[in-house]
Amino acid sequence: MDFKVGSDFKRGKRQMNENPQIWQAFVVCVSAVFTNNILLTYFLGMCPFLAVSREIKTSVGLGWAVIFVLTCTSAINWVTYHYVLVPFGLEFFRFILFIITIAAFVQFVEMVLDRYSQPLYQKLGIFLPLITVNCAILGASLFMVIRDYTFIVTVGYALGSGIGWFLAIVAMAGIRHKLANQRIPRGLQGPGITLIIAGMMALAFIGFTGILQGS
Amino acid sequence: MAVVSKKSEAGKIIAEGLWNNNPIFKQVLGICSALAVTNLVLNTIVMCGALVFTLSLSAATVSILRNFTPRNIRMMVETLIIAFYVIIVDVILKAYWPQMSDNLGPYVGLIITNCIVMGRCEAYGNANPPLRAFIDGFFNALGYSFVLLTIAAFREILGMGTFLGIAVPYFSTGWDKWIVMVMPPGAFFMLAIVTWILRSVQISREEKDK
Repeated sequence: MDFKVGSDFKRGKRQMNENPQIWQAFVVCVSAVFTNNILLTYFLGMCPFLAVSREIKTSVGLGWAVIFVLTCTSAINWVTYHYVLVPFGLEFFRFILFIITIAAFVQFVEMVLDRYSQPLYQKLGIFLPLITVNCAILGASLFMVIRDYTFIVTVGYALGSGIGWFLAIVAMAGIRHKLANQRIPRGLQGPGITLIIAGMMALAFIGFTGILQGS
Repeated sequence: MAVVSKKSEAGKIIAEGLWNNNPIFKQVLGICSALAVTNLVLNTIVMCGALVFTLSLSAATVSILRNFTPRNIRMMVETLIIAFYVIIVDVILKAYWPQMSDNLGPYVGLIITNCIVMGRCEAYGNANPPLRAFIDGFFNALGYSFVLLTIAAFREILGMGTFLGIAVPYFSTGWDKWIVMVMPPGAFFMLAIVTWILRSVQISREEKDK
């Protein structure tokens, strides 16, 4: 199995050699899902992760919303940062620009969903306002600036981060579902036990390190 | 008489922020930075300083402007006030301590979305006079800082054998370093243990009071 994954990877790399940026975006995406999981290695989006991971259904809804918003806002932020702030030398202004973009985008999506897709609005609507203050969204935009990603790589990175966050919160909800009837020391109930499980998940995700050695 | 009642009021706010309603182990807010910057004590001290500055001043500012802010754009105004102070911290750090600015990475900027800051501005600054909001913000930030410093001290000593970069006698030589402590899982475990201990103490105290 291992061997097969590796060889597929190499073949993919050869094919993509003509377009190294797309290959790099793919590598960044996979590593953002597994080895550099935005939640388990960079601790972004912990608050909703601890608060909303009680039920699988709600965490799936929140996860989808995060994937969508994270990818779109990172792309928008990349464009505004490189074409508006950098030419004017206003890089220090990025915090305000990013947070306004995110808030405006979330508001916009909420309005569009409300108008055109009631079922989707019912599903994701309650999660969207929560997302404005999700550190993962702002964090991904800040990382993209710090690491100097190109546009395509940024999109890959944001998509991977969103998927990684989705995976982590859904896995956690599954585990917490099983924990509901267990006896846990009183001081450890709630956030305590969730943090310990998150620690174990982080340990498990460290096992993915090396998956991308060939890159 | 008025002075006394004011004093006890302040005492109450302080006790709430530091212990009864501690942001980390009671409200469970601002966990992102609590986990990320606690790998070294020095990073933690700088981060806590930044948070104390941002939280106390933005709570006071929100409180000063509370009567002029329209209700429906309140959140946006609060975010902008917080962002304003965070930019000050970020620019100062970049100018005078670029090394530390690199170490902390995006986490200084992430103070904007740190739930403690938003939470205190929304819950307290919005409905109270500036001085009280300032005290409340300041001591909530201190409550956050003392939990973070505890975690950071344990993580650095157990994981690297140093404290503030200075070698600790036994842990730097005879101790088999727990590298996992400075890696992400160590942060989760350490925070969980600290939360466990402090919450248990709190619960047993409450029972005694009854």
